[in-house]
Amino acid sequence: MARFLLKRLGLAIITLFLVSVLVFAVAQVLPGNIGRNVLGGFATPMAVAQLNHQLGVDRPVWTQYWSWISNFAEGNLGTSLQYRVPVWPLLQTSLLNSLKLAAVAFVLVVPLSILGGVFAALRRGRLADRVITLSGLSLTAIPEFVSAIVLILVFGLLLRVLPVEATAPPGSGFFTQVKYLLLPGAALTLVLFGYIARMARAGTIEALDSDYTRTAYLKGLPTRTVIRRHGLRNSVLPTIAVVATQIGYLVGGLVVIEKLFNYNGIGQRIYTAAQNKDFTMLQSSVLVIAIVYLAASLIADLVYSLLNPRIRYGGAA
Amino acid sequence: MSVLALPASAARARSARRATLRALASSKTFVVGVVILGWWVLCALFSSVITPHDPLTQSPDVLGAPSLHHLMGTDQLGRDVFSRVLAGAGSILAIAPAATLLAVAAGTTLGLLTGYLRGAVDDIVSRLIEAVLALPLVVIAVVVVVALGHSTLTLIVVLGVLFTPLITRTVRAAVLSERELDYVPAARLRGERAPHIMFAEILPNITAPIIVETTVRLGYAIFMIAGLTFLGFGVQEPSPNWALQISDNYTLLAAGNYWWTVLFPALAIASLVIAINLIADGVSRVSER
Repeated sequence: MARFLLKRLGLAIITLFLVSVLVFAVAQVLPGNIGRNVLGGFATPMAVAQLNHQLGVDRPVWTQYWSWISNFAEGNLGTSLQYRVPVWPLLQTSLLNSLKLAAVAFVLVVPLSILGGVFAALRRGRLADRVITLSGLSLTAIPEFVSAIVLILVFGLLLRVLPVEATAPPGSGFFTQVKYLLLPGAALTLVLFGYIARMARAGTIEALDSDYTRTAYLKGLPTRTVIRRHGLRNSVLPTIAVVATQIGYLVGGLVVIEKLFNYNGIGQRIYTAAQNKDFTMLQSSVLVIAIVYLAASLIADLVYSLLNPRIRYGGAA
Repeated sequence: MSVLALPASAARARSARRATLRALASSKTFVVGVVILGWWVLCALFSSVITPHDPLTQSPDVLGAPSLHHLMGTDQLGRDVFSRVLAGAGSILAIAPAATLLAVAAGTTLGLLTGYLRGAVDDIVSRLIEAVLALPLVVIAVVVVVALGHSTLTLIVVLGVLFTPLITRTVRAAVLSERELDYVPAARLRGERAPHIMFAEILPNITAPIIVETTVRLGYAIFMIAGLTFLGFGVQEPSPNWALQISDNYTLLAAGNYWWTVLFPALAIASLVIAINLIADGVSRVSER
């Protein structure tokens, strides 16, 4: 168990290193003289050179990478070029907001899609199964901003039951905040539903076809108990695996959804940083996202292996 | 495999292909997908002929509700939404397949190389792929498109490069199981070189997973391109484009109820991605048989 975890951790660290090099390389490709971008076209060449020197962007690339990454490791994420303030406090607020939105999306999507998947599996081959599978498949393919537009039109403007903004007024209580996050959360839910429901369906079908389910029926357990004990439990496992792989999508979906709802989250942060060529903000936020993503995958792996006694810790990488 | 056996096997391949086509034609989801896609392809090809108004011409009739004259109303600049929706099929149907084909070509080559040669090449490429896949694709795309400046060509290349790892992974897995089959060592003993074995022996045998992967990626390419265009990194004004129509007009939703400016392009995108998905579903079902 410990060896399995260590191996996963080692791989995650290698991946993280490669990601940091990648992100840094891309940030360096950002066109333009950084001092000139910050100060504007009318600044004197000397002021530009001075700012470049002050920001340290006139040093060799390798030195810049090293100072960025070693500072990052110590928790110093640099100074935003656009706002001229430390990156971390800004990023922290955005990260927290995005986590709230993601949490609402997950709380909506996980029970819904597991129920949908299990229900489809129990009705395998019948109309309900086809409807759930095909609509899940189709919803998954529709870009989140498209479904969000439809949701806004229906729930926000036609029925007027939900607010069309995502940001609750400052000082709102928990439930008000959740209410404001329902529409953007639902848009993300629609994309994820198909994936998770499909995995839950496959897991349940496998469990229903297995010998132990037949044994359970034969020893006289009621259908309800069989489904709860064997069907549901086996549909949860693949669901956790797919949830882990969808975290990457979720972050990307956040960029689009947060822009649409003008919500101050990490996606909006990255979008604004990219638009304004705020490359310290950009590279640090992208690396933070990579860390969150890898940590989430590790946790999902751990939970998966704890729940599934069949997994082999030694062999699988 | 002797030379004499070749004609017979070619005939068998042809009849297998015919059986596949028949199976596809009898799949309801596939046919519905093809019909919807066909409609949009026609719109893209003949948009200059079939649009009732010029998609670019502005008129004083600003934000007019749907009527007989303007079936889907008019937008902020008085342009006919219906005509813009019809003409909007063009850009997405050019960019998405181009990006997908680029990724399929590169991914197939890399997949064959890593899967067949293994060793150091495989290790390095696999690590790089994991690193790329550790980041949300939309985030990388935003960063890279901003770095390189936006143009249609940039968008195609960026998406092509970003999808390459996904296709490489699929092709590599197919090659790994294929290289254990007898015909590969046989070709090697015959003295064939590695490129010949990869591209002439293995490649024809893994077309099914590649085709399935292509249709799936095409749907995802449309998803990504629509998202990036919505963010402002794709086709620019005043070109008619569905995602652009939405991003130009969605702020009006809060101000007043000009739903027609966004609903119709939204439905157009939805119908196109659903069509591609139905096709992908049909293709993968048939290839699994």
